[in-house]
Amino acid sequence: MKNKLTMLALMLGAAGLATPALAQDKVKIGFTTDMSSLYSDVEGKNGAMAIQMAIDDFGGKVLGMPIELLTADHQNKADIAASKAREWVDTQNVTMLFGGTNSGTALAMAKVAEEKKRVYFNSGAGSSALTNAQCSPYTVHYAYDTVALAKGAGGAIVEAGGKNWFFLTADYAFGQALEADASNVVKGKGGTVVGSVRHPLNASDFSSFLLQAKSSKAQVLAMANAGGDLINSIKAAKEFGISKDMKMTALLMFISDVHSMGLRNTEGLQFVDSWYWDQDEDSRKFANRFFEKAKRMPTSIQAADYSATTTYLKAVEAAKSTDADKVMAELRKMKINDFYAKGGVIRPDGRMVHDLFLVEVKKPAESTKPWDYFKIVKKLPGDQVFTTKAESKCALWK
Amino acid sequence: MEIFGVSLPGLLSQLLLGLVNGSFYAILSLGLAVIFGLLNVINFAHGALFMMGAVLTWMAMNYFGINYWVMLLLAPLVVGGFGVLIERLLLRWIYKLDHLYGLLLTLGLTLLIEGVFRSVYGVSGLGYDTPELLEGATNLGFMYMPNYRAWVVVASIGVCIGTWYVIEKTKLGAYLRAGTENPRLVEAFGINVPVMITLTYAFGAALAAFAGVLSAPVYQVSPLMGQNLIIVVFAVVVIGGMGSIMGSILTGLGLGVIEGFTKVFYPEASSTVVFVIMVIVLLIRPAGLFGKEK
Repeated sequence: MKNKLTMLALMLGAAGLATPALAQDKVKIGFTTDMSSLYSDVEGKNGAMAIQMAIDDFGGKVLGMPIELLTADHQNKADIAASKAREWVDTQNVTMLFGGTNSGTALAMAKVAEEKKRVYFNSGAGSSALTNAQCSPYTVHYAYDTVALAKGAGGAIVEAGGKNWFFLTADYAFGQALEADASNVVKGKGGTVVGSVRHPLNASDFSSFLLQAKSSKAQVLAMANAGGDLINSIKAAKEFGISKDMKMTALLMFISDVHSMGLRNTEGLQFVDSWYWDQDEDSRKFANRFFEKAKRMPTSIQAADYSATTTYLKAVEAAKSTDADKVMAELRKMKINDFYAKGGVIRPDGRMVHDLFLVEVKKPAESTKPWDYFKIVKKLPGDQVFTTKAESKCALWK
Repeated sequence: MEIFGVSLPGLLSQLLLGLVNGSFYAILSLGLAVIFGLLNVINFAHGALFMMGAVLTWMAMNYFGINYWVMLLLAPLVVGGFGVLIERLLLRWIYKLDHLYGLLLTLGLTLLIEGVFRSVYGVSGLGYDTPELLEGATNLGFMYMPNYRAWVVVASIGVCIGTWYVIEKTKLGAYLRAGTENPRLVEAFGINVPVMITLTYAFGAALAAFAGVLSAPVYQVSPLMGQNLIIVVFAVVVIGGMGSIMGSILTGLGLGVIEGFTKVFYPEASSTVVFVIMVIVLLIRPAGLFGKEK
């Protein structure tokens, strides 16, 4: 009896192994992001919703096949993201992997995508390594990266007269990289870095670090931290009157952070973002539709998720195939023009180059409607803020 | 004048800031110490109760327009009531078991409570403004001290001393202490020990909520705010000695100050300094600085 069962199991197994080789009847997108923890307000399940909106707007079909979205919460663990990606490719024949926030998970998924030859998009993660030291022929890094944030904020603020900088830095790879990138830009533009203080991750109380920043007498306080650490630093800076004496800039910030802190705590703060919902008519149109469903305005990452999905589906249509090499070839030929990006191009290293913006948070009195938070100070041309060919170590772009 | 390259005014201001954080440690570790002293339960839900105090304060302001001062009383009452439920419905059943079961049960509760608030409010947190009366800051000459932070120190030291007085110097406190030593004997004298235990847990929970209300204008009110704090607070209790009231108050304040100085001299170590001290104390005095060897 037992032997018969084993035989049956083996047969079923063999049949299971054979299925992926059968003709494809669906185009599947597999999306993992942080859906429950510290980054979930920036992208999270509303990122999945934006992707689904893009699929629906595309008509739900491409090349005559229905489009299906699979989602998973990677819980900020690289191994979960990687094994989910592997499982999706092996058992569901997913044709496009879509990674989310958290650079560790993003890099892990990029490796799986390269090994399995699947198109890999990411708009949530910040690490510039995705298209530099660890670039892959199948990666498209869509929204922003740490280099662009640092160059954008550093360059624009030094040019506007903020010459002396002090850094408040989260003491791990991400914060240190941001600080290093921004310091280089500040020095390159003729500014000086008068000091920095490194705080542990999840420090909760920042008053002590901020007093050190204040006594440095620098003109600009740059915060190279994110999420809860950033929010608590900004709150404490307001409390200790630092925002009156120093120009403050956050090197990684999103509209969801401003929303949760309120304008009173954040007014006057400058940072770089890739998109703002109220920047033009097309953006407002998308944002209002998004708001109907999510009851909050989209972050730049959620908008990028929509745009990236549409871009991928157009490329599949143009390639008349879901084969990763063919789709990537089409993607590199495309000019991306939609509400999110104007004249965007995907470089050989996988970087989608488009314009970013330096924004400033409005004063409470200047805000006339809900979510009316930013003034656009300056457009930052993509070819100036992203990594240049000379700086790049990516072997695909030589 | 400079000490190790830091100016004296600089050090003084760090001392004050250390006291502010120390106040939170003191009031939270006090609650843990009281609960452990009487119930022998390592209350891992303390961080979640702290968070509930803060979130309730935010909810009351945003849904009902109830201000900070009312919540300073109301939030501890509500969370204390919640504590009664936890003790009556859950903890009651595991007193006879090993400490570990209490820890696991309260840890599970924490995950549940935090999960519920997270699914409703997300993780970025909610902003809560400083009450008008305490807005602004006072120039102390050597530093710019936000009025609200000064209030935090005064309020929490007041509550800590009040608690210490009740437990160490009043008749009620004497019953409590006797109940910890030998519950059966105390019961024989006609004192209702189970009710006393319930109220003790509720009181510990109320203390956590009180700290939560105090923290709402200082930190971002968020479902995860208890997590970062609670681990440090456990270290404080271990250093001070489990079950020692004055011990946890003094240790809380002291460690806040030490942590503050670390932030000036070697900021990278500021999150670990408390644990380094814990290791040293455990090696030299395993029962903690103020604890009695049993």
